[in-house]
Amino acid sequence: MATATLSESRTMLTLPSDSVRQILWRFADRYDLQMLVQSARGVARGKVARLVASGERNTHDWTPAKNEMLLAFDRAGITAAFMEPEEGGFIAGPKNLALSLSAFELAWVDGGAATASLASFLALSPIHERGTQEQITHYKTLAAPPQPQEQKDGQDRRPWRGAFALTEPIPYVGVDTGMLSGKVAIAEWRDGEEPWLQVDKRGRFITNIAFADFVTAAVNSADPRIKGSCVVILETGDEGSFDRGTPTKKLVHQLSSTGDPIFSMKVPASRIVGGYTVKDGVLIPNFSHGEIIEAVFRRTRVPVGLMSAAKLLSAVEPVIRYQRERFRGAEGSKPGSIRYEHGIQQREDALHRLVDVWATGEAAASLGFAAARLFDEMEPIEKQKTAILKERGVAGGRAEMKALKESEQRAIELLSLKRDDPRRAELEADPLVQYVLMDAEANVLCPATKLWNTGHGTNMMREAVSLMGGYGITEDCPGFLGQKWMDSQLEATYEGPEAVQRRQLTVTMTSEVFLAQFRAWTSGMRRIANTNPGTGACTLASAMHLWLWTLNYLQKATDPAGNKLYHGQRQGVTFALADALCWLLASRCQILDVLELEAQGPADSVAAEGLEGTVQFLSDLCHTQAAQAAGEASRICAELVFGYIPHPTWVDASHQGCFLASELADYEETMPGITAMAVDVLAADGSHPQKAGPCAGCAGNSEFLRLQNKLATCLSGARLAKDRAAETVSKVMIPEALDYPA
Amino acid sequence: MPKTLHIVVCAGIVPDPLQTLEPVTTPAGPGLKNEMVLPAVLDPWAASALYEAAALAAKNPGSKVWLVSLGPKAKLQQVMLTIAQRVPFELVPIDGPIGGFPDAHSTAQVLAETIAALPGLDRFRLLLFGGWESATRGAGVTLQLVGERLGITDQFQGVDQITLRDDGSFEVLERVEGGRHQVSICAGAPAVLGWATGNLAEPRNNPQIGMANMRTIMPALQKARPATLAANSLRYVSASLPKQQRTTRVVKDLSPDEIAAELAAWIGAE
Repeated sequence: MATATLSESRTMLTLPSDSVRQILWRFADRYDLQMLVQSARGVARGKVARLVASGERNTHDWTPAKNEMLLAFDRAGITAAFMEPEEGGFIAGPKNLALSLSAFELAWVDGGAATASLASFLALSPIHERGTQEQITHYKTLAAPPQPQEQKDGQDRRPWRGAFALTEPIPYVGVDTGMLSGKVAIAEWRDGEEPWLQVDKRGRFITNIAFADFVTAAVNSADPRIKGSCVVILETGDEGSFDRGTPTKKLVHQLSSTGDPIFSMKVPASRIVGGYTVKDGVLIPNFSHGEIIEAVFRRTRVPVGLMSAAKLLSAVEPVIRYQRERFRGAEGSKPGSIRYEHGIQQREDALHRLVDVWATGEAAASLGFAAARLFDEMEPIEKQKTAILKERGVAGGRAEMKALKESEQRAIELLSLKRDDPRRAELEADPLVQYVLMDAEANVLCPATKLWNTGHGTNMMREAVSLMGGYGITEDCPGFLGQKWMDSQLEATYEGPEAVQRRQLTVTMTSEVFLAQFRAWTSGMRRIANTNPGTGACTLASAMHLWLWTLNYLQKATDPAGNKLYHGQRQGVTFALADALCWLLASRCQILDVLELEAQGPADSVAAEGLEGTVQFLSDLCHTQAAQAAGEASRICAELVFGYIPHPTWVDASHQGCFLASELADYEETMPGITAMAVDVLAADGSHPQKAGPCAGCAGNSEFLRLQNKLATCLSGARLAKDRAAETVSKVMIPEALDYPA
Repeated sequence: MPKTLHIVVCAGIVPDPLQTLEPVTTPAGPGLKNEMVLPAVLDPWAASALYEAAALAAKNPGSKVWLVSLGPKAKLQQVMLTIAQRVPFELVPIDGPIGGFPDAHSTAQVLAETIAALPGLDRFRLLLFGGWESATRGAGVTLQLVGERLGITDQFQGVDQITLRDDGSFEVLERVEGGRHQVSICAGAPAVLGWATGNLAEPRNNPQIGMANMRTIMPALQKARPATLAANSLRYVSASLPKQQRTTRVVKDLSPDEIAAELAAWIGAE
């Protein structure tokens, strides 16, 4: 291999340990989360893996064996992870990171199992986010597994499980969550008594439906006595029909139950999530279904993105083992020979492709966990913001947006201040400033995680499958890589497909606050490059700069017809730019995580063992990924900047600028060598070189070319880093066998 | 009639057996390649002892279980994340070396001193539990040595069951040859019980128990007493993994009866 051999101390000894992961993903000081990881891992690599290996995925029906998985979730604490201790849980405070870690561990083996674990939380989320306190306590307590005292008393009750019913049969709610065919009307309203509602709703692709005890259903008013839309809680014991429908014939995620239910039920109005008020004889839900699902999805999409990240990282060990053992047992492959010891890993291509898969997995995990942590940090700040605004008499919607305008300017000011500016302390202490900063970041990181991790992640899962040869697409492929590849496609689709995430990004990534943060991050990457040049931070900073320049350009530029390029309807521009941004964000998060490991690792006696080698390898993966991200951003930006400028042709006036052959001969006398420089030369008979037209100029875009040129040279060293990473992949010690069956 | 017991479980940690365990020579003697980085688990025999102890304590209100473990405290913490979710206990960690190579006498001395110093421990209620073997080296002597140092002479090894009686005595089933048990009656605590697998299934995971345990485990780990184990005169000449034996034959069209007969013959020959 064309690289200097790594010294022993700079070679990673084993696959990254739990201690390393805890530091990278910032839960080294959270033993509650560490416990959850261990118990979720036990379920994933035990119960779930055995279900997959024994072919339980081969049926769409909900089977007793699949149901056992839910009981294993209960015992492991996965079901209780969503609840507060007083509700039967064991983790206090925000739970985004907790749920993400749990889903990550389950998806390491099977995405459907992870989805099954998340679906009950999704059903509870509308209640958790916007429910009345009574609703929250009631349903979360019912959904918590029995407490130790209950078990001691012999009350091994079954926890309630829920399903979230939003999606409806075509042509109703799907990508556009505003259109609902589900209806709610007043069934009965006696004077002085609580109204009763008639709810009619058909669901599609509803997860957990085979065993749900309650459903949170989004419905629109079909009655002038009810205003707008809302989310209603339905229980199996309610009057009417709770038809679970037929199981969906999914090709993927068969360990989660999915079906198309039909509900026609009569429930009290107290089941409206968040409650209601009555004005002039009209029942007004306190929250529309839109307000509720906005609050729900911005958080629950992150664990889905992390599921795809888990799959990529889970592919590393089986692929290494397969590559190394590929030729063992063959007649010509004797122990001790290179063919026997290294197998396919004697070939650079096999190693490089695995490095790409691994680097993507690391970047995806870093991005997703950064988003999950951010939502955890944001939760108390968001509550503080709501309290402050309430005190000022501002409540929800546009009024809130207006009230936060000043805070946004203060946040932008904060980002522009120098580190030693005395005003920083005042602005940093302002909860509203903190909120708008976090909100702007979260509004980008969440869709970026969902979009990039699942979309690009699926592509890279295909790459991982390809590295196993024909074995990859068999049921007994170690690590279930074929199933994971296909499962990823569903992760890219549910809870808002890629188009929804791109659409959200095109709005949020242009917010003033986010762009100010992005500029600060770019400078931050340069500073990191100064201290840690091996991470590829400089390459990334150059790519970020190019992306920002392109955005600014596109926001002002028009096409030949005079239409604006950056426009909501022009998804060829906006969506592509959103895709480019995701690459950059993932790479940035990956670099920040490795810096954290380098800083905190020495204090952890387990992580400190061989830390230098681990940091070196992970830095090389960062550099590899930064180069990939830079390449993608550069390609997309160049296409957008130049792609809307018509190419000059030989028939229009643009060829007037070309040299004539006779002119060149004259010029050559005064400017020797000019002939060699001239590309587009017209002969005396008007004939021209065989191409589309004279080469396009760069008038107005020369700065782009300068930045892109700089970015190209910034790629220096990226392939050397990849070679080093590949060398480590060929040497790193892996366990004797996979710790779950195939 | 329930008895109040003080059960001390001695349990070591061992590298996860699925990992690549490659003996290497280190400056401190034999060890395993990258041992500190490898994930560890509670020694399986000792784990049985812990679960039996917890079940016994649960049946006898007022009883208490201590888990005394010697190993690198960071590795102990990692193992506790799983074990602590199984049963209630108080961890008494001793920060020392990992692996199966330290001298059993030195290890026993440190463990015995630690147990003797446990606050609130009543020796007349003491049942000293542990594994009768270890997944690291299988010497099976450490627990006996700890008992001797604590002056406990009633010792049982290969235990699969203990049944308390109303008068404070108890019946013990120890494994003997031929899949049989030797039944003994002991007058009462103190006693040493080196457990085989016992009869209990692994307890259900319970995160609430885990949280309660971890609240005491984390401070205990932070305060873990460091221990240096004297090598005494112990010297290892060589260390190697047991050789794996795998004989594969590809045979087609064999009837189930023939396969069964061949298997029976093979088992008989072994």
